[in-house]
Formats: sequence, structure tokens, C-alpha cells
Amino acid sequence: MAKSMKITVRVWRQTGPDAPGHLEEHLVPNVGPDMSFLEMLDVLNEHLIETGKTPIAFDHDCREGICGACSMVINGSPHGPRKATTTCQLHMRSFDDGDVITIEPWRAKAFPIVKDLVVDRSSFDRIISSGGYVSVNTGGAPDANAIPIGKADADEAFDYAACIGCGACVAACPNASAMLFVGAKVAHLAKMPQGQVERGKRVLNMIQTMDNEGFGSCTNHGECSASCPKEINLDAIATLNREFMRASLFGK
Amino acid sequence: MDLNARIPSGPIAKKWEKHRFDMKLVNPANKRKFDVIVVGSGLAGASASATMAELGYNVRCFCYQDSPRRAHSIAAQGGINAAKNYQNDGDSVYRLFYDTVKGGDFRSREANVYRLSQVSVNIIDQCVAQGVPFAREYGGMLANRSFGGAQVSRTFYARGQTGQQLLLGAYQALSRQIGLKNVQMFPRHEMLDLVLVDGHARGIVTRNLITGEVRSWAADAVVLASGGYGNVFYLSTNAKGCNVTATYRAYRRGAGFANPCFTQIHPTCIPVSGHYQSKLTLMSESLRNDGRVWVPKKKGDARAPKDIPEAERDYYLERKYPSFGNLVPRDVASRNAKLVCDEGRGVNGPGSNAVYLDFADAIKRLGDKGVSDRYGNLFDMYERISGDNPYRTPMKIYPAVHYTMGGLWVDYNLMSNIPGLHVIGEANFSDHGANRLGASALMQGLADGYFILPYTIGNYLATANKGKVTTDHPAFKAAEQGVHARTTKLLSLEGKRSVDSFHRELGLIMWNHCGMARTREGLQKALGLIPELRDRFWREVRVPGSGEELNPWLEKAGRVADFLEFGEVMCHDALTREESCGGHFREEYQTANGEALRDDENYCWGSVWEFQGVGKTPKLHKEPFSFEYVKLATRNYK
Ligand SMILES: Cc1cc2nc3c(=O)[nH]c(=O)nc-3n(C[C@H](O)[C@H](O)[C@H](O)COP(=O)(O)OP(=O)(O)OC[C@H]3O[C@@H](n4cnc5c(N)ncnc54)[C@H](O)[C@@H]3O)c2cc1C
Ligand code: SF4
Ligand code: FES
Repeated sequence: MAKSMKITVRVWRQTGPDAPGHLEEHLVPNVGPDMSFLEMLDVLNEHLIETGKTPIAFDHDCREGICGACSMVINGSPHGPRKATTTCQLHMRSFDDGDVITIEPWRAKAFPIVKDLVVDRSSFDRIISSGGYVSVNTGGAPDANAIPIGKADADEAFDYAACIGCGACVAACPNASAMLFVGAKVAHLAKMPQGQVERGKRVLNMIQTMDNEGFGSCTNHGECSASCPKEINLDAIATLNREFMRASLFGK
Repeated sequence: MDLNARIPSGPIAKKWEKHRFDMKLVNPANKRKFDVIVVGSGLAGASASATMAELGYNVRCFCYQDSPRRAHSIAAQGGINAAKNYQNDGDSVYRLFYDTVKGGDFRSREANVYRLSQVSVNIIDQCVAQGVPFAREYGGMLANRSFGGAQVSRTFYARGQTGQQLLLGAYQALSRQIGLKNVQMFPRHEMLDLVLVDGHARGIVTRNLITGEVRSWAADAVVLASGGYGNVFYLSTNAKGCNVTATYRAYRRGAGFANPCFTQIHPTCIPVSGHYQSKLTLMSESLRNDGRVWVPKKKGDARAPKDIPEAERDYYLERKYPSFGNLVPRDVASRNAKLVCDEGRGVNGPGSNAVYLDFADAIKRLGDKGVSDRYGNLFDMYERISGDNPYRTPMKIYPAVHYTMGGLWVDYNLMSNIPGLHVIGEANFSDHGANRLGASALMQGLADGYFILPYTIGNYLATANKGKVTTDHPAFKAAEQGVHARTTKLLSLEGKRSVDSFHRELGLIMWNHCGMARTREGLQKALGLIPELRDRFWREVRVPGSGEELNPWLEKAGRVADFLEFGEVMCHDALTREESCGGHFREEYQTANGEALRDDENYCWGSVWEFQGVGKTPKLHKEPFSFEYVKLATRNYK
């Protein structure tokens, strides 16, 4: 191991949704630069367990930057300092010996805290189930090459479809708006010929659900896209607004 | 144990069609009366839940993540196979079937594999109809790439995030059914037991991971789509939560566990960097299309790769397997990496093994931009994790546990030996024999979920006539009590060690003795070490927190406790199979030049293990395999 660092973490502890929370400080000695951020927390948790204390709860699963489970605000930035990088893909080489790192959960009305750094993001699932799909049953689909799709369109649709549903955009937004997340799905399907038929209904229903879930409105800060680990472009929001106008005006 | 595979009669190409006609149907109005439980929301579980709901069944779907969209399938990178022959390069259903049987080293069931190849073409159509943004050519047609173990280009992909895009397609189909109230989704619920009534699978017991509530769910049929058990090795490319609990609990209730020792070690992963390592990251196999694998010819050559001249490099895969070169199947590629490292030619310094995967030639041919178009996100990921820039210096890779071919035994209808218990996706022992070809797991998960199970389960429901049960039945109460008792016991242990520390220890035993190379001696040793470790676990572990709250350590403890029993089953299986085939390499059984030596005379069967009690040797049953279409032959990738 190249070098060993001493890191102090100040981490949010909260036992349940309605309990008061506070920042708790721990020193983690022997942090290596090749450790991932979550491995650093693993090491700390293991120490807490061995010394009879309560370890810190956080969401994670793939640890490859793709499942969207990990969700920490690190020194004020969702997913931490590195561009286009989820918390699980952040490595300690992004920090220096002696650093004090503050770790907090996503904060938004629509993402109630479950415990410590774990929040409830089921509102995102409800938005998708209100319209973020193509209504096609299994079976009877035409041959996959029946409708050619230009490479540029397919690539652009992919760029939007790459959203991992992590919620960093909401956590970064001063209004806790979900416009980037919703826009990404709407833009993905609007770019594909298969998404055309339900275009209007989709955007109206998804926006309605988004509002009902308690997400704020967009006032063009752009923080969402800046902290998005998949670099979903702000154009997603422009597309969302355009699709919404189109649907509201023409009912389709 | 009833191991009748129920393979339909007739020529292989007609079996599935004939079977679909012969199966009993549930009439549309009656489907609503049937409740089906699906455990898992990965490609297999999400596609099955959505499709069954579309057909009219009442579906309850469970997963342990906070959202079905986060199932482990999301992480699949490289692609999905289908016999579309869009490239006109000689592919066909028969060739995919042939490649899969051969790639699996003749330890799978021909009829199932043929059906898988047949429905592969429908999968791509279905996914495109859902709006999945697959890679396209400039003319607007779907693009393909080639993958290990095949000489045609039949792999469809969406950059390096194919699993994500396919899973989001299935998740969206599932979400639509959730919105329509045809599926009730239960995220953050873990299945902890299977409930049998009159010998049929009639429900499950779950723990709500937020509140800790333990409760039962009754149904007319149960489907397990709970994924693979690679995490028995602690370090693997699987998501941290992947576990054997759902299938292992079913095994304890009498389901046969088939070929548990058939595990796949993926050749191209980022090497271990330290003792704190929590998981290993896969670099998609598609990289082997353009990357060249090499090590120095000289032992202990510590020069930087750029200082090692061409003449002193050993491109060992190209040298040993000229016709497949860097694209040999995974088991062959992995074993060869281990061989050169065992010879002392590894390149990651002492104590950590690795070989080079070099893109210099591809960059010369295609430029940085060309390479980045193909593999950009993988290169970025490599750079983020290792701190090295793979455009300038070769990647370092080493094999890691990746996939488990073994799983619960199922018949042609994907039903286990327990009537009503169906198993799909990586959780079943499936179609991949002793080695799975790249890009075939996604294919199998979606084949099972979209196109096979929704129909075969109808046959069971139409013929079982079991009537309704409720969760008041004593079998449910007893199972709930069992779950409570175990949870209480885990929480009451007054040890000092973390669950992870035991998991790591188990992983090391499994990797050393039941990993890439196995010996009789080593396996016997492991069979002594595992029960001893298990005893210590139940004395020395500390599980903090309570059972009535979100408690990730309690979840882990339950999973590791099951791995500590299951590891033994794997070792028994590996010990019993005195041959080498696919991912199962017994050092005693190899050819003069180190290739796997299969023994068709004595081992042309699938092992199916029956639980006899914790710590007791399970009982072995066999399903003989016969090969009518693909002639039993030694695999040759030279
Ligand atoms: C890094 C990586 C890359 C891969 N790339 C490819 C590729 O390019 N091509 C390819 O074909 N294959 C690939 N594979 C393999 C493939 O991704 C998996 O085999 C496949 O996705 C498994 O799908 P599944 O639906 O069977 O299970 P999973 O996706 O693992 O889903 C399991 C589900 O079961 C749930 N579950 C598990 N246990 C419980 C429980 N006890 N209670 C409740 N719920 C439970 C989980 O919550 C989850 O929803 C890759 C695998 C890895 C690790
Ligand atoms: S848009 Fe970006 S930040 Fe928001 S949920 Fe998707 S991936 Fe996360
Ligand atoms: S743990 Fe999956 S994205 Fe971070």
C-alpha cells in the first residue's frame, strides 16, 4: 500500500424517521488510497462492531456505480467530490491525510430518512409506475429490426436511459426537484419510436405523480446535472418541459 | 426424489411447440383466482412477474433491495446472445444450441438448451418493443459483437450496460403492472423460509427489512428468481447482497440442489488491492475482442510493461489456442491466467496475481476515440478503481468468482422436485452445464421469465387442484416460529467478531479449496474447516442492533449462516465429481498438457443433493444426461 492516511468522519446518525439526528465523529486510522469510500466505512463499522458500538447504516449493493443504491452527501456534495462518480466508486485517493469528511443522507421531503444514511426512495418507483414505460405485453412483438433507429437517436436515448435512479439530483437541488430524473425517462422514451404512442399521457401522469410525491419545482439551478453520476444532461429538463407543453396544449 | 425431467417426446426442434400444445391452460377468467409469489426482481423475476400479471394472475413480487430496479442483473455489462443471424455469418438456433451445449462441457440437458436458443430471438424483439436502446449501426439496424466461446457475432448490447438497459425494460414492464395493481411489489422484504402444505409449495415467510415484521404469504405457486450464490466466496463480482438464502431454505425443505460446485470464475476482473477488499469488479469480457492477454516470458520480470519488448512477451492464449485466441471460453482463460501466475509470471508484484490485458494494438488500429466508443465506460471504471489509465498502460486483470451454474434442480417446466416450486434465472441449475458462455445468462433469465415460466406454470396451476390455503395453516405458523427463533438466537450471541470477518474466512476456504483448481485433499480439508468455522460463528459472532428495525448486520448474519452450511454442500459435490469439466477443474484429472479431462463414462450426469440435516453428508441423486444431437466430444478451442 502506497501510503496510509488518518481520516476523521463526521457522520449523520438517526435511529428512525421521526427521531432527532446528529453528527457523530470517528477517527479512521490506516486508510489506504486504493480503498473505496464504502470500504473505508466498512473498516470503521467493523471496528464499531468489535468494540460493542452501533455501526452506521447505509445503502449499497453493486458497488460498481450502476444499481443506484449508494447515496451519501459527502462534504456537501451528493456522491462526493469526483465528477461522474457514485459514492461506491469514489476512492480514498481523492482525499488527503488528516481530512475531516462530513457524511449526510439525501435530504428531501420526498425521501424520508429511514436510519442513519438510509432514505426511502420509493417515490421514484411510483413515478415510473405512473407512466415510465411502453405499454407492450410480452409476445407478438415485431422483428427487432423492423423499425430502423438512427445511431444518433439510439445513442441519445441511451444517454438518458443511463439514469440509475439514485436521487442525487434531488439531493443536490435546493428545491428537491425530481425534474432531472423524470426528464431522463421521458426523454429516453420520447427519442425512441416505440415511445411515441403514449408520449402525451406519459409525461402528464409522471409529472402529476412527481408533484403528489412532494418533490419541489425546478428553478434552473443546474445542481442536479452537476452532481449526477451518470451526467444526465440538463436538456432532459428542457425536453420534459417541452413534452409537457405539447401534451397540455395538444392533449397528446 | 422425483427427478423426472419431463422432456417432451419428438424431435428436438419440435419439442417446445408440441409441449405448448399439450400443456393444460388456465382459462382467462380463472387466472385471476390464482396467486403467485415471485421472489426476486432481477431479469428473471421482473420479466416473469410482469408477464404473469399481463396474463391475468395475481402476482406478489419480493426483493431485498429498496427498489426492484436495483437487482443484481443491473450490473451485467457485455451483452445478450440471440440467434438472430442479423450479421449473416452463419448463426442459427442450432448453432447457438450447439455452442451452449459444447461450452457447458456436456453437462446440461439438451432439450432445455434447444428451447433457450429458440426463444432467444423473441427476447430481442420484446426488448426493442419496450424501448431498450440497444447499440445500432449507422443504417439504423441493431449492432452485434462477438463473445468468448463463439465464432459468430450474436451478442446484442447497449454500450457496457446491457444488463441495466434490459433490467430497466423489465422493471418498467413490472412497474406498469404495479400501477395497474396486478402486481403487489414488496421491496426490502427478504424471504427466509419456504412453506410446504401436503408436499406442495404454498407460500413463504419474509422479514420486512424496515420494520422487522416476520410474516407469511400464501399462494397457489411459488417462483424463486433469487439469483446466484457466488458470494459464498466472499469476494466475487456479485452485488454485496447476493445470497443463497432463498434457494438454500428451499433445499432444507426438500428441493434438490443440482451441481452446486459448478461455479464460473471470470477471467477479466480487477485484481485484489488489499485486505479490506469488499468485492471484485468485472471488466467485461467483450474487452477480449480487442485486448490481448500477455505476461512476460521471464519469471519475476519486474520491468514496466512498456519496457518489455515484444519478443519477451508471452501472448499465451494466442499461442496455445490459435483459432480462438483471446476469445477462448471463460474457464479456459481463467485457468490459464492462474497457470502463468503459478509459474511466477504474474505482473502485480508479490502476493497479488495479475496478467496484462493490452489495448495498444487496438488503439493503433482504431485510435483512442475508436476504442473509447466501444469500451469508454469500462476504461473509465478501470481508471476510477485502479488509478491507472488503460489507454496508456495495459490493464491488469485476474480471474474472480462471477456466476454459479449450479442451482435448484428443475424439470423441463422449470419446476423443482417440490410441486409448485418453480425456479428461474441464475437460481436454477439451468442450461449452462459446467460452464456458461458470455452473454447467455441474460438470455436465460429473460427466456425463463418472459417466454417459458408464464406458460409452464399454467400447466401446474391447471392440474394441481390444491384449493386455497391461508397463512393460518400450522405449517405457516411453524415456519414463522423457526424464523423468529433463528433471529433471536443470532441477536443474542455475545461474541465480539463481525459477521464479515467470518464471511471472509469462509470465502478464503472456498477459494483455496473449491475455487479455480480443486483436489481431493483440499476438498477434504475444507470439509473439516467449514463445520469448525460454523461452530465458531455461532459462538463468537456479534450481531448488533435489534430485530425490530432496519438492521443490515442481522440480514448479513442470516445470509452468512446459510453460506456456512451451503459451502459444505459445494465441497461434497466437487469431491464426488472425480473428473474435470468446464468450471470444475480437479487437478487429478487433466490431460498431459493441462486441459480438463472429462469422464463421460462415469460422470455424464447432473448431481442433485438432498438435505439430510446440518453437518450431515447430503444424499446424492443423479439425473443422467444423454446427447442425441450434439455428439459428446472433447472441447477443443485450439
Ligand atoms: C458484473 C457482472 C456482469 C455480468 N455481465 C453479464 C453479461 O454481460 N451477459 C450475461 O448474459 N450475463 C452477465 N452476468 C450474469 C447475469 O448478470 C446474472 O446471471 C443475471 O443477471 C441473474 O439474473 P437473475 O434474475 O437470475 O437474478 P438477480 O438479478 O441476481 O436478481 C435476484 C433477485 O432476487 C432477490 N433476492 C435474492 N435473495 C432474496 C431473498 N432471500 N429474499 C427476497 N429477495 C431475494 C434480489 O433482491 C433480486 O431482486 C454478469 C454478472 C455480473 C456479476
Ligand atoms: S438523473 Fe442522475 S442523479 Fe438523478 S437519479 Fe438519475 S442518475 Fe441519479
Ligand atoms: S452501490 Fe450500486 S451504485 Fe453504488
